[in-house]
Amino acid sequence: MTEETGTVQPEQTTGAKQEKFYVRFTLAQRYLHAVLFTSFLGLAATGLPMRFSDNATARAVASAVGGFGAILFFHKFCAIILTLAFLYHLKDIATRVLIHKEKGLLWGPNSMVANWKDVQDLIGHLRWFVGLGPKPKFDRFAYWEKFDYWAVFWGMIVIGFSGYAMWFAPFFAKFLPGWALNAVLVVHGEEALLAILFIFSIHFVNTHLRPGSFPMDMVIFTGKETEEEFEKKRTLEYERLAKEGKLETRVGDKPVYWWVNFAKVIGFTAILIGLVLLVLTLIGYFGTA
Amino acid sequence: MAFPGTLHAQTDCLSCHGDKTMQDASGHSVSVDADHFHASIHGSLSCSDCHTSIKEYPHPDKLEAVKCETCHADQASAIGGSIHAKASAHPCTSCHGDAHSIYPKDNPKSAVYPLNIPKTCGTCHANEALAKKYGLQNVYATYMDSIHGYAVSKEGLLVAANCMSCHGSHNILSHKDPKSTTSRENIPNTCGACHGGVKDEYFSGVHGKLLVGGNTKVPVCTDCHTAHGILQPTEASFRMQSTPICGSCHKDQLATYRDTFHSQLGLLGGYVETARCWDCHGAHGILPASDPASPVNKANLVKTCGRCHADANLSFVQYQPHANPHNRKLNPALYFVRLFMNLLLWSTLSFFTLHTLLWFIRAKKEQGKHQPAAEEKHD
Repeated sequence: MTEETGTVQPEQTTGAKQEKFYVRFTLAQRYLHAVLFTSFLGLAATGLPMRFSDNATARAVASAVGGFGAILFFHKFCAIILTLAFLYHLKDIATRVLIHKEKGLLWGPNSMVANWKDVQDLIGHLRWFVGLGPKPKFDRFAYWEKFDYWAVFWGMIVIGFSGYAMWFAPFFAKFLPGWALNAVLVVHGEEALLAILFIFSIHFVNTHLRPGSFPMDMVIFTGKETEEEFEKKRTLEYERLAKEGKLETRVGDKPVYWWVNFAKVIGFTAILIGLVLLVLTLIGYFGTA
Repeated sequence: MAFPGTLHAQTDCLSCHGDKTMQDASGHSVSVDADHFHASIHGSLSCSDCHTSIKEYPHPDKLEAVKCETCHADQASAIGGSIHAKASAHPCTSCHGDAHSIYPKDNPKSAVYPLNIPKTCGTCHANEALAKKYGLQNVYATYMDSIHGYAVSKEGLLVAANCMSCHGSHNILSHKDPKSTTSRENIPNTCGACHGGVKDEYFSGVHGKLLVGGNTKVPVCTDCHTAHGILQPTEASFRMQSTPICGSCHKDQLATYRDTFHSQLGLLGGYVETARCWDCHGAHGILPASDPASPVNKANLVKTCGRCHADANLSFVQYQPHANPHNRKLNPALYFVRLFMNLLLWSTLSFFTLHTLLWFIRAKKEQGKHQPAAEEKHD
């Protein structure tokens, strides 16, 4: 089957041979990603003008929406949305671990927790980049995907905490030392800068723009990938499921045509906004350093 | 038309000069409007009181120029010592208007009535060519758009500052002259003539005391408020323009302020405000932080910060509005936090940029090897 389908992408299979689709993300996870990236884009678009407020573009954007009062309002609005999404995710994990006793969530091939194999994969991958070894085979979550996850996880805690500490400074001052009130702005700004630069360049390329996924990996929008993608990108998981005879339990419906197109519009818009913000960030950073 | 004997009464002269079309040999009008003249402040005088060279009729074509200083000696000598001494225009009529219709300065018809002053001075000083010739700024329009200009032109406020209120009238000197009302050392007193309370505050503060001590580098009223384009200080545009003015001397303080939330947001402008220099330090009577009366004295911080931050408490005011994350000695914690964040930022980005770049190149090569046809549509 793999040989037959060649490079055909899921959305181009209309009328072609029967193609099998495998579920990778649940609907809730896909929504979580959508809420995450829309609120993140909102936070970046409103946060950057504040970080680089001596930049002409920043001032133009700010005055277009009504000055910093308005910018700050939208920033806080997006922050609340993202906080709720984060809390929902924590609740989801807690439920799966504590109530459903889902053991594989904290350790093993289905877990986001890093293990020794991730270290080996990173080294192996790097060796493959420069032609010193074979390409490693990845399981359900590759090391860079885990890094993306934990970077966002840690980022939300750090940026969120420092943000709320500024928002409710007199309250936080009751248990934070004086210098921490100064430090939270530095932490907030630098960590946010890291998040923006990382997501709009590294994450975009690693996940969406690299050969093999270009121009966009649709799996986070449709939740499903073709058998060929599954086998090629997540070989170990595919092989394990095949060996255990569980492959069929993961088969899902072919993504609906309109949904794929809708997701493309949303996804490309997000990537475009992200790239524009990336350019503005670099101008802001190096233009005023 | 013969008037034997001496000429005194106006009627004698006006029988000729009352003719509106009367001109001298070179074509200049020599007619006098009797009604205007009678209503003017000089209406009770005889023509020959000013035109002293005319003793009898017929009088010669060429007459001696009228000498206003015969009566107005003080004003004439003041002009003689002023910046206008060398002006080619008539020193009196160019401001007071037509010699035969001069009104007292509290008469709305007078060219030097407070509400008419800007226009009168503007006849020369709103003139681009003239401003250029003497290296002056053309300040007429700036003044008219200022809070003082509005008070004069829109409200008709007689007490609002017009040109004369600050520059004087007959004795105007260049602001470079220490004796000028607009010299740096005299500005606070000049503005203080109206703004008495602010003047007292100013002289009680560090800047005022230094000025009295002879330091003319300290800010005076016009450094922050400007001279002619004075804005309402609560206006956003004034608040936006003033921080760099303090920063032009207090460079370190401006640089550290720029790193704070107050500045980052303040620079964006808008309908709400963040703290700018004078919100914390006061504006006119600025005192050193060590002075118990200073709003930034430790004992007053809760109250000062509390003006914006309603819940400000003792631990909240530990915040340093001028902390320097680059100074390890003064702000060690902040220094290391910033260092850590920067290392985290650049190490993560450098590693992954390299990682992604190598990966991209390798994946491209791999793709080219296996699927040359699929490549084309993407490139």
